[in-house]
Amino acid sequence: MLHPEHGARPAYSDYAAWFDGQQLAGLRRKAEEADAVFRRTGITFNVYGANEAEERLIPFDIVPRIINAKEWSRLSRGIEQRVKAINAFLHDIYHRQEIVRAGRIPEALIAKNSAFLPAMIGFTPPGGTYTHIVGIDLVRTGPDEFYVLEDNARTPSGVSYMLENRETMMNMFPELFSAIRVREVSSYPKNLRRSLEACAPAGCDGKPVLGVLTPGIFNSAYFEHAFLADQMGAELVEGHDLRIIDGRVAMRTTQGFKPIDILYRRVDDDFLDPMTFRPESQLGVPGIMDLYRAGKVTIANAPGTGIADDKAIYSYMPDIVEFYTGEKPLLANVPTWRCAEPDSLKYVLDHLKELVVKEVHGSGGYGMLVGPAASKAEIDAFSKKLKARPGNYIAQPTLALSTVPVLTKSGLAPRHVDLRPFVLYSPNGIEITPGGLTRVALKKGSLVVNSSQGGGTKDSWVLED
Amino acid sequence: MALTRSSGSDEEWRSVILTAGLRDGYENKFDDYDAAHVVNYLLRDKANPTSVLAMLETARHNARMTRTALTREVWEATNIFWMRLKDALARPIRETDLPGIIAMIRQQSAQVRGALHGSMLRIDVYNFARLGTFLERADSTARILDVKYYVLLPSLSFVGSSLDNVQWETILRSVSAEHAFRWLNAGDTRPVGVAEFLILDERFPRSLAFCYKKLFGNLLYLEKDYAVRFPAHDLAQEIHDGLQSRSIDAIFESGLHEFLTDFMTCNARLAAEIERNYRFYG
Repeated sequence: MLHPEHGARPAYSDYAAWFDGQQLAGLRRKAEEADAVFRRTGITFNVYGANEAEERLIPFDIVPRIINAKEWSRLSRGIEQRVKAINAFLHDIYHRQEIVRAGRIPEALIAKNSAFLPAMIGFTPPGGTYTHIVGIDLVRTGPDEFYVLEDNARTPSGVSYMLENRETMMNMFPELFSAIRVREVSSYPKNLRRSLEACAPAGCDGKPVLGVLTPGIFNSAYFEHAFLADQMGAELVEGHDLRIIDGRVAMRTTQGFKPIDILYRRVDDDFLDPMTFRPESQLGVPGIMDLYRAGKVTIANAPGTGIADDKAIYSYMPDIVEFYTGEKPLLANVPTWRCAEPDSLKYVLDHLKELVVKEVHGSGGYGMLVGPAASKAEIDAFSKKLKARPGNYIAQPTLALSTVPVLTKSGLAPRHVDLRPFVLYSPNGIEITPGGLTRVALKKGSLVVNSSQGGGTKDSWVLED
Repeated sequence: MALTRSSGSDEEWRSVILTAGLRDGYENKFDDYDAAHVVNYLLRDKANPTSVLAMLETARHNARMTRTALTREVWEATNIFWMRLKDALARPIRETDLPGIIAMIRQQSAQVRGALHGSMLRIDVYNFARLGTFLERADSTARILDVKYYVLLPSLSFVGSSLDNVQWETILRSVSAEHAFRWLNAGDTRPVGVAEFLILDERFPRSLAFCYKKLFGNLLYLEKDYAVRFPAHDLAQEIHDGLQSRSIDAIFESGLHEFLTDFMTCNARLAAEIERNYRFYG
């Protein structure tokens, strides 16, 4: 579809046939219906820095993003390789640090990294699993050409949108799903539960009790926390519901405190344990790190995994993949300039107009510069920040991102997208839900897909073979 | 609001504010009982923390917090209710819109009730939700009756007069009981009959006796489920038995107002006891 020079992409041919039989007005009405469904369901997010606790909808585009079976199978091999390497890397840097000894990455990058948690040194998490859930952000630049933009190894979010987008699409266009065989995504919560259970603490006999730890109702992803707890049949808890009793993490219930075996936490490392990290944190559980290290509770993802998705580490990912798997990376990294290196800094400063500059520890599209879209004043201001703290930034070229069609007022139009497949890792192996979350930059020509910056989402289809 | 159907007097609007226990807050803001002031204060005024809108916001907030304890049906019914109400109450309410808004509120709360009834597992969560319903409902019925007895009556000489009967009838209407009562009593609206119906008739779902029969059952469930009997169970039993053993003549003899005040105190004590026994606040 929408490739005038090539005709419809093969993956889209069945959908395009269906689409040609539709009226624009009818589709626009469906799009409004979808919004009403999301509102009713409460699939909203809170915007940081907004005046009041305002709930907004993430715009949803009703045209699915479609990936064919062959493309997906290549992608998933690459993802699997990368996630294996990330786990091996985490185990290594919290133990013998072979990769540093081998001179493949500089020691300072680990030792001086705020995402590196000394509390994790010498400790192996239950099941040997660090990143129970990973969200790998990919962009496509051409047929079968994908780049990894980011590895989200802390608490990747968005999976509820993957599930609800599909649910909504199936409700609105049941005929499409009869005509086209799309791989299902709905078993994600069940798989997540099973995968987490496989990492239960050693002393846990019987069915492990699973809790989802949320920062609370005002967090931007609260809907997702509640949604996942609900779908997994887990307890949804906040820090103040938890206490340490008789050497176990226990949650407050109407029958007193009950022990929890596995905590799927959606709070950052810093807030997890005020006794180990931020003393003022109200979100975590005082003393939980001691219990964790004593093997009494599983925390998913493990504390300290942030070091693996740090943007400065990112530039070393090809080396990391090769070092631990002994294979060439199947997925490409975006070429990255580390501004901490003087030559790179000079290059970046000279080419700001062409580059995307990101904060090393930032996330969510905050604090970044998109050179081609920035004004001269913005570039000048950014260049000052860059010179003041070069080590805080990396820079990447703007890729010639491929586009997919979205429905606009006047019909289909091309927009840039990325793709975040969700990957589960446990002693049972690696499970990748076919598809993932497609985020789309709804403004014409824009490259920023983050929901906090006006991006939307789409249902992502992987076709059956 | 049906309480005031019979006349538009300020005195009746005042009684509505009194029933809701909002006199101090209201009089801080207004020095009259103008219909528009009262209606807006009760439904949407930000200065009133127990306005219908504020309560629904709290209810929805609580539903979001305990989203995993609710079915999707209950959550959506609550969320839709909130969305509709927020729209309907976005601007000050004109008298002409009031009946429509009230009808919508009643309909939407019936939706939430229906979703609870039709979709929730009959486990502790459901029984706690029902406890809340019946504690609040018993309190409301008792308040409405009490206001009638204590506030609406200009003087005792009106007891048994026709004005009095009209007002008793409006009470029935305010708890959606006029049809049920008429059906059971062939249209005979004498004060004693109405009071008996609202206090002691277990067949009427808003009577005190009905509420306590249910509260008793919900607490019994929890007692069995958790295998623990708490002081709340004894207290509920005591109130329940008290309603069972009392006749309406005995209640009127010792004073309806005293009876109702005593009931509301016990009801509030039970609510506090349940909170304590089941550790609602840590």
